[in-house]
Amino acid sequence: MSLTLSGAPRLQRSWDSRAAGNFIGGGAGTGLLIAAAAGLIAGQSYFPAAILAIALICFGLSLVWVEIGRPARALNVFFHPQTSWMSREALLALPLLAFAGAAVTIDQSVVPLPPQTRQLAVPLALTAAALALAYLFCQARMLRASHGIPAWREPALQPVIMITGVAEGLGLFLFLALFAAPPPAWAIPAALAALLARAGTWEYYRRRLNASAPAPTIVALDRASIPLHTLGHALPAVLLLATLLLPDTAALVAVAGLALAAGGAWLKLIVVTRAAHTQGFSIPFVPVRGRK
Amino acid sequence: MTRYVMVADLRRCVGCQTCTAACKQANATPPGVQWRRVLDLEVGEYPAVRRMFVPTGCQHCSDPPCEWVCPTTATRRRADGIVDIRYDLCIGCGACMVACPYDARYKVTKAEFAFGDEPTADEDLRADDSRIGVATKCTFCAETVDAGVARGLKPGEDPEATPACVNLCISGALAFGDIDDPQSRVSKLLRDNKHFRMHESLGTNPGFYYLWDQQSS
Repeated sequence: MSLTLSGAPRLQRSWDSRAAGNFIGGGAGTGLLIAAAAGLIAGQSYFPAAILAIALICFGLSLVWVEIGRPARALNVFFHPQTSWMSREALLALPLLAFAGAAVTIDQSVVPLPPQTRQLAVPLALTAAALALAYLFCQARMLRASHGIPAWREPALQPVIMITGVAEGLGLFLFLALFAAPPPAWAIPAALAALLARAGTWEYYRRRLNASAPAPTIVALDRASIPLHTLGHALPAVLLLATLLLPDTAALVAVAGLALAAGGAWLKLIVVTRAAHTQGFSIPFVPVRGRK
Repeated sequence: MTRYVMVADLRRCVGCQTCTAACKQANATPPGVQWRRVLDLEVGEYPAVRRMFVPTGCQHCSDPPCEWVCPTTATRRRADGIVDIRYDLCIGCGACMVACPYDARYKVTKAEFAFGDEPTADEDLRADDSRIGVATKCTFCAETVDAGVARGLKPGEDPEATPACVNLCISGALAFGDIDDPQSRVSKLLRDNKHFRMHESLGTNPGFYYLWDQQSS
């Protein structure tokens, strides 16, 4: 007699909305740093976007610090970069913040700087962007390494997390344009592309889980998909397309950017806190009793 | 080499939870924390329903995902196969808890007692602040095993070198020992019986085997 019995998947409570906050803040912050570096190359000021990005990354990390059971030992997080993506994320945070901070300082210096020094802002910002991409990769791998949660260990989640970070960053970059210079010409097409990529990778991820995730996970993701696709994808897509046709669209761009970023935050909140069921217990054989 | 493993004979387990109680007594775990627990499962559909009991807990994998993800090196696999946690290094990040496919890890953030806010005399005596705010789990009673081995005793055969749950099991469903020793009880049980390990497809190589039928049938 052979059967598969998976008993009682339960929603994990080890990582709550604070952990989700790290994925949201870290993802949006790193995406924004990447967009800010591209903006700097296009001649825009690095300052507002980079400062917000740094704040978001630090906010995410501080949420983790609040969540861990022994905050006084937080520095132990650096001890295991050989295999731990959490250690790698923490180690990357240091140079990432340093390079971004240095680029902001040079770009925004009130003291007159020699032209050679001012030109350093671009390579510093590009280095920060590369580190931001690596940081985002670490976040995606942290979820994938969580073997106890089928919705997280699914490899298709990795591109979702990466693209969502970039999309959130582009969304915030567009939103900030309301308070600074208009966005560069590439920003709106890039946001539309990120939006489409996020919708596509999300659907692929969602379908992959049909074969491997517990039923409550599927239900949670299906419920989340409706607001994600309407408010996080369709709304910003329509608004961004409208900007191509209408004059004076700064407010539309800002709202579209916010919706794009909010959609990403919603997606991660659901994945981390509501779709994170364990797989339960699998008993492939039942005991044979009573035979002589 | 030595690799300590546990064997649970599903034909023998009666679901009495004595192993759970023995573990709680031996390790002074707080309410809601069961390093050794017994699942009570129904199999099949009415009227062909059967009940089965499945002891579970940390599976002491030889390729443990909890160890890979631990950012502090607090979780480590010892040379004898026991996966343990160094509480003084753990930061309680919970990464190991979501990495464990066996739902075997716990974290409590404040001292809790079985009867209200005040500890019983036994709880007061055995309170261990180092286990607050960090991950905890079954250790195969590593202190007992280590102390027994140091005295020349054989884990799995001598009770003073054997985990409490195995010692107290009323039906002989649980066995413990070195799987690399062909003469050990666990090696004989695995030779003589059909067995499986939980979630083997994940590649963690668990050290917890379940017997379900005789090998000859």
